Amino acid sequence: MERKTKLNAEEGKQEIVITREFDLPLELLFKAYEEPEIVEQWMGTKVLKLENKKHGGWQFETADATGKPVFQANGTIHEFVHNQKIIRTFEMENAPFGVQLEFLEFEKLTDDTSKLTMQIVYRSVALRDQMLKLPFAQGINMAHNRLQEIVSKLK
Amino acid sequence: MNLRRDVFQAIADPTRRTILLLVASQAMTAGAIASNFDTARPTVSKHLQILTECELLEQEQNGREIFYHINAKKMKEVADFIEPFRMMWDERFNKLETIMKKYKTTK
Repeated sequence: MERKTKLNAEEGKQEIVITREFDLPLELLFKAYEEPEIVEQWMGTKVLKLENKKHGGWQFETADATGKPVFQANGTIHEFVHNQKIIRTFEMENAPFGVQLEFLEFEKLTDDTSKLTMQIVYRSVALRDQMLKLPFAQGINMAHNRLQEIVSKLK
Repeated sequence: MNLRRDVFQAIADPTRRTILLLVASQAMTAGAIASNFDTARPTVSKHLQILTECELLEQEQNGREIFYHINAKKMKEVADFIEPFRMMWDERFNKLETIMKKYKTTK
């Protein structure tokens, strides 16, 4: 299968660029970022707050089966221009990564296709590298949690 | 064959990640590993084969039994790669695309 999502992380830089082309008209792609109910579906998290405007704020939370929050993140919307761009900050709560700055640009390719370019700027190169390795660590953690669930049921 | 990609397909599967975790604490036989899962033994064997092929697991003969243990060097190598991060976004965006395609047809 073709790799639709491209990730560019240049050595020694404190930013990454993620690009993706969608088989969706620009308006639908943007809507997926605008409507809280839709964001919840594809991000797999609960949207507590999403104020799509300059100086607005946002807040996401994911809970485990028992309702205990396992992921919390928040930020401020700096710029929100329909079907064009979103500039916002992102910070994971209870994590040592600090705040990151995100530039999202939405482009029309054809009537039925569109492109998203997401530039994420971190405070330092070291922090960027740590963030990039996180999904692997989380994958192992999730496996660990599931294992603990299985083991506790055996008892 | 793209080995690097195969390694990430290997760890993309939750059962295989659990196997890695089980074996990380101690070397185990296929039978001992399989006893941790509800899935059929041949399914677990298949998972073990994949993990061995991409060198995340190593086999060691001990008398009549074969023990599986983790290849720490390979695991470290995998952890240094950023491919899982790209995969995470790719999965999210695939989902976004599927949802919005449905959204379009229901409108």
